[in-house]
Amino acid sequence: IFIWFPYSVVIQPHSNVCPSLQIEDIVSRLQDEKTGGVPIRTVKSFLSKIPSVVSGTDIVQWLMKNLCIDDTAEAIHLGSLIAAHGYFFPISDHVLTLKDDGTFYRFQSPYFWPSNCWEPENTDYAIYLCKRTMQNKARLELADYEAENLARLQRAFARKWEFIFMQAEAQVKIDRKKDKVERKILDSQERAFWDVHRPVPGCVNTTEMDIRKCRRERNPHRVRKSVYGVTDETQAQNPANTTQTARKPTREDVQKEISFLNTQLDRHCIKMSKVADSLMGYTEQFMEYDPLVSSPEPSNPWISDDATYWDLEASKDPNQHRVKKWGFSLDEALRDPAGREQFLKFLESEFSSENLRFWLAVQDLKRQPLQDVATRAQEIWQEFLAEGAPSSINLDSHSYEVTSQNIKDPGRFSFEDAQEHIFKLMKSDSYSRFLRSSIYQDLLLARKKGKSLTGKRLTGLMQSS
Amino acid sequence: MGEMEQLRKEAESLKDQITAARKAVADATLPDTVSSTAVVGRVQLKTRKTLRGHLAKIYAMHWATDAKLCVSASQDGKLIVWDTLTTNKVNAIPLKSSWVMTCAYAPSGNMVACGGLDNMCSIYNLKGKDGNVKVMRELAAHTGYLSCCRFLSDSEIITSSGDCTCLLWDIETGTQKTTFAGHLGDCMSLAVPGDFKTFVSGACDFTAKLWDIRDSNCTHTFSGHESDVNAIAFFPNGNAVITGSDDATCKLFDLRSDQELITYQDSSIMCGVTSIAPSLSGRLILAGYDDFNVNIWDSLKAERVGVLAGHDNRVSCIGVSTDGMACCTGSWDSFLPSFSFKGQDNVMRLCKQNKQQYL
Repeated sequence: IFIWFPYSVVIQPHSNVCPSLQIEDIVSRLQDEKTGGVPIRTVKSFLSKIPSVVSGTDIVQWLMKNLCIDDTAEAIHLGSLIAAHGYFFPISDHVLTLKDDGTFYRFQSPYFWPSNCWEPENTDYAIYLCKRTMQNKARLELADYEAENLARLQRAFARKWEFIFMQAEAQVKIDRKKDKVERKILDSQERAFWDVHRPVPGCVNTTEMDIRKCRRERNPHRVRKSVYGVTDETQAQNPANTTQTARKPTREDVQKEISFLNTQLDRHCIKMSKVADSLMGYTEQFMEYDPLVSSPEPSNPWISDDATYWDLEASKDPNQHRVKKWGFSLDEALRDPAGREQFLKFLESEFSSENLRFWLAVQDLKRQPLQDVATRAQEIWQEFLAEGAPSSINLDSHSYEVTSQNIKDPGRFSFEDAQEHIFKLMKSDSYSRFLRSSIYQDLLLARKKGKSLTGKRLTGLMQSS
Repeated sequence: MGEMEQLRKEAESLKDQITAARKAVADATLPDTVSSTAVVGRVQLKTRKTLRGHLAKIYAMHWATDAKLCVSASQDGKLIVWDTLTTNKVNAIPLKSSWVMTCAYAPSGNMVACGGLDNMCSIYNLKGKDGNVKVMRELAAHTGYLSCCRFLSDSEIITSSGDCTCLLWDIETGTQKTTFAGHLGDCMSLAVPGDFKTFVSGACDFTAKLWDIRDSNCTHTFSGHESDVNAIAFFPNGNAVITGSDDATCKLFDLRSDQELITYQDSSIMCGVTSIAPSLSGRLILAGYDDFNVNIWDSLKAERVGVLAGHDNRVSCIGVSTDGMACCTGSWDSFLPSFSFKGQDNVMRLCKQNKQQYL
C-alpha cells in the first residue's frame, strides 16, 4: 500500500457520500496480517508472479469470523458493498463485487479511499485513458466502453487536448521510473479507483449522491484536487460555498427555548414499564390482524389470487373476525363502517344516538369544501348545541363556552373541543355497554337472529290449540 | 450581557431537570419487559409484482387508502399511478420539473401531490371531468427543496422542506396556513397519524419533532441519532414514532414517556436508512437501506427477522399498504451520470407474505 502523490489526505468523518469510518476501520483490520487480518501473498502464475493478493474466500471467512456473521450470503453482500466503494478489487475484472471463491483481490491504497472525498474531473479521466493508450501493455488495453469514453472526451476537450496529451505523457514518464512490481500494483489500484468513479456500464455507481444531501458541503474549505496534480484554471473550482452558518442565538431565541423546555418539563411522563407493556399489548392484540405476521383467512389475495378476503372486509355483513376488532377500542369500532352502523343502532335503542351522530357530523365537516363549511357548521350548531336543539348533546360548561365562541367565526375545527369531550363520554360510558349488548354479542358469537327453536314451538303450540 | 447568561443558565437547568425527569420514569427497558416474549418467526417475503416503467431513479412512493393503487415519483420526470394488482399504469403524469423527491396520495383517492428541487408542492386532480389529469394547485412558499408531503384531506396538505420548516397549506386557496419552524437542519421527512391532530418530522439536525397542527407548537423533540434522520413513521398505536437515520440505526421513541425506547442496529449494518414503515400491528418494522437491502425488525425484541434483497441499488422508499397486506419498495437504478449509458430499469417491487414460521 503506497501513498502516491504529495497531496495532503483529508479524512471526512460522517460524510454521507463516503461510507462511515466504521467501514474503513474494518478494512484496516482486514488487511493487517499482524493482528489477524487475511493473508496477503504473492502468487505464482505462468511466467510471472502476482504480487499482493488475497482470495475471495479468505475475505468472506474473515468477515464472518470477525463481524459475527452467520450467513455466508450476508458476508458476501457486505463484502461486495465494501468492494463497490473501492476498498478492495478483483485483479482481473472491472466489476467490483466479492465472490466466495479463489478469485484474487487486492487492497486499495488509502490515498484513493472514499474518505478523501474524491470527485475527479473529466480532465483527470481523460489524462488517465490517454496515458493507458501510450503504454504497450496488454493489461492496459482499453475496454470497449473505455474506448468510447475516450472518443467522447476527445470531442468534448478538443480545444485543450494538447494539454491533456502532455499531462498523460508526463504521467507515463513518472510511471516508468517505478519498479516493475510496484507499477503492477499501482496500475491496478489506479484502475480500481476509476472503476469506482467511472463505473463499467451496468454497475452501480456508489459515488452517486442523494441530491438532497449533496447540496450541503460538509467541508466548505475543501478545494477539488486533481488525481494527477493538474492545476488548470479552466478546471472548474468548487464555487465559494454558501453553507448555512448558524446565526448567533438572540434573547428571543433563548426565551423561546425556555418556554418550550418548560412545556416539556410540565408534561406528565408515563413510566417506561407501562409504555412497554402497552406496546406489547397492542402488538399482541393486532398481530392476528397483521397479514405480514399471520396468514389472513381464507387466504392472502396476493398469493392465492383469490379476493375473498377483501370482499369479506368490505362486506356490510361483518364476520366474527372483524367484529372482534371492534372490541379493541372505540377507535377501531368507529373505523369500520359496519362498526359505526351497529354502534349507532345500539345507541338508538338507548335513545342516546345524538352523541355519535354529532361526532360523525363533525368528522364530515372536516372534509367539506371551504365554501360549504360555514353553513354546515351552523347546521351542526342548530341540530346539536343551540338552545332547544332537536338532538341536544351534553357538554360541560367549559367546552360549551369555547364552542359558542368558535361558532361566531365558523371553521372546520370549531367543534374540536366538543368532539373530544363527546368522544371521551362515549368511550367511558356507551361503548362498554355496547360491547355487552346483544347487538354486539350476537355478531361476535355469530348467533343467528330471529328464529329460535322456542319461538317456533310457541307458534306451533298456538296454532294447534 | 448578564441577562443572556442568566437565560442560558435557566435553559441549561431546565434541560437538566428534563433529563432527570426522563430518568425517573425509566424504571424498565423495553428488552427487559419483553424478555419472556418469543421473537417473531423468520419473515420471508417474496416479490409478487414488479412495476416497471420508470426510466430513472425512483425517489418516492405512497399507497392509496384502497390498498390497491399507489403512486410513485421518479427523476425521469414522471408521476405514475399504478394498479398494483394488474401492474398497469393508471396514470402517467408528466411533471414540469424532473427533480422530484416526494409524492403523496390523498386519502380520498381524488388527488396526488409531488415536489422536489422546484421548492413547490404540485397538486394533481385525478378525477377531473374530462378524464385528463391536470395540475390543480402549485403551492409555492418554501425556500428550499420539497422533501416530503402528506395530505390531511382533500383540502389540507403538510409539506416538509430543505429550508428547515414544515408548512400546512389550504389546497383550495393555495395558501400556507401554518408554519412549523424549529428544526436546525433540512427537514427530510414527515408522517401523519390517524387522528390528523399532530404530525412528526425528521431532519438533518439529527432530531425528530412532534408538532401540534392547530397551534403550530413543537411539543416533543427526540434526540439520540448521530446523523440525519431520513425517514419517520408513526407506530400504529399513535403513541410512538419510529425513525431511520444515516447513522445506520432505526429508533423507537415513545410520546408518553418522552424518550427513546429502543434502537434497531447491527454491527454488520453500516449504511444509512433511507425509508421506514411499520407492519399493521407494529410488531414488524421494515426499513430500506443504502446497501440495497430492506431489513425487517421485530420491533419489540430489536432483532432482525428478515431481509428483502431484491434490489440492485439503494432502496429509496418503502410503504406498507393500509390493510397491511403488501409492502412496496422503490429503488435507484444503475444509471451512470457521467456518460449516458443505459442503466437497468428502475423497478418497484411488491412483496407479500410468502410463508412464515412461528417459533
